[in-house]
Amino acid sequence: MGLQANFAVKEEVLIVRLSGELDHHEAEGLRDQWKETMYTNSVKHVILNLEDVSFMDSSGLGVVLGRYKEVLQLGGEMVVCSVSPPIKRLFEMSGLFKIVRLEENESFALMTLGVAS
Amino acid sequence: MRNEMSLEFSSISENEAFARVTVGSFITQMDPTMDELTEIKTVVSEAVTNSIIHGYNSDPGQKIVISCSISEDEIELTIKDDGIGIGDVEEARQPLYTSKPDLERSGMGFTIIENFMDTVEVISIPNKGTTVHMTKQLAKTKSVCK
Repeated sequence: MGLQANFAVKEEVLIVRLSGELDHHEAEGLRDQWKETMYTNSVKHVILNLEDVSFMDSSGLGVVLGRYKEVLQLGGEMVVCSVSPPIKRLFEMSGLFKIVRLEENESFALMTLGVAS
Repeated sequence: MRNEMSLEFSSISENEAFARVTVGSFITQMDPTMDELTEIKTVVSEAVTNSIIHGYNSDPGQKIVISCSISEDEIELTIKDDGIGIGDVEEARQPLYTSKPDLERSGMGFTIIENFMDTVEVISIPNKGTTVHMTKQLAKTKSVCK
């Protein structure tokens, strides 16, 4: 099944859209791609759209946490949107919603960061 | 009736998906809910990932064994490696603990396993390996027409 990652930049927001399964096997590749995109574009905030992610485990949480720390360095914010119930449980269990904001969908998340979609 | 299966595979990360899908497909005969199925798949993924990264230090030439047995409504799942073992199991089971902070691990593997299963027993012998033995009772909400 694997994982596909699509990156888009809107003003100073990087939108990361994932689809497929995010486990340890996929985590490293995603991390490298994500980091590179973040530093080759002048972005400040990240929106992580998980709408099409069918499976995620703690390795996925690790990648999100790693990027959160970098976004923090940039003085920005990380917003997660379109999260399925099982992934929402993982985030809740690990306390990630205390540091990463949850929004219903991508366009609403963009709006909260001051970008018209 | 009791039904059992076991599975042995190489310690490579490609097999994380193979392992969780295979166990998931074995337990579908118990007619689990979607939530229960996701929980079991997540637990398999966590334990297999632990064996690969921690037990075997990402050495691809080793083996991981999964045994699963199911009865009417209970799943018994054992995931075993012959790796380096865990020095302090209690510490390893703490939320956010990781022995490899440089690898960007969340430290949530065991916490997720404990949340999704009813019982979790970790038997680890340094330089011999780690066995994680777990059970889970499925909700009895289905009709009894057989």
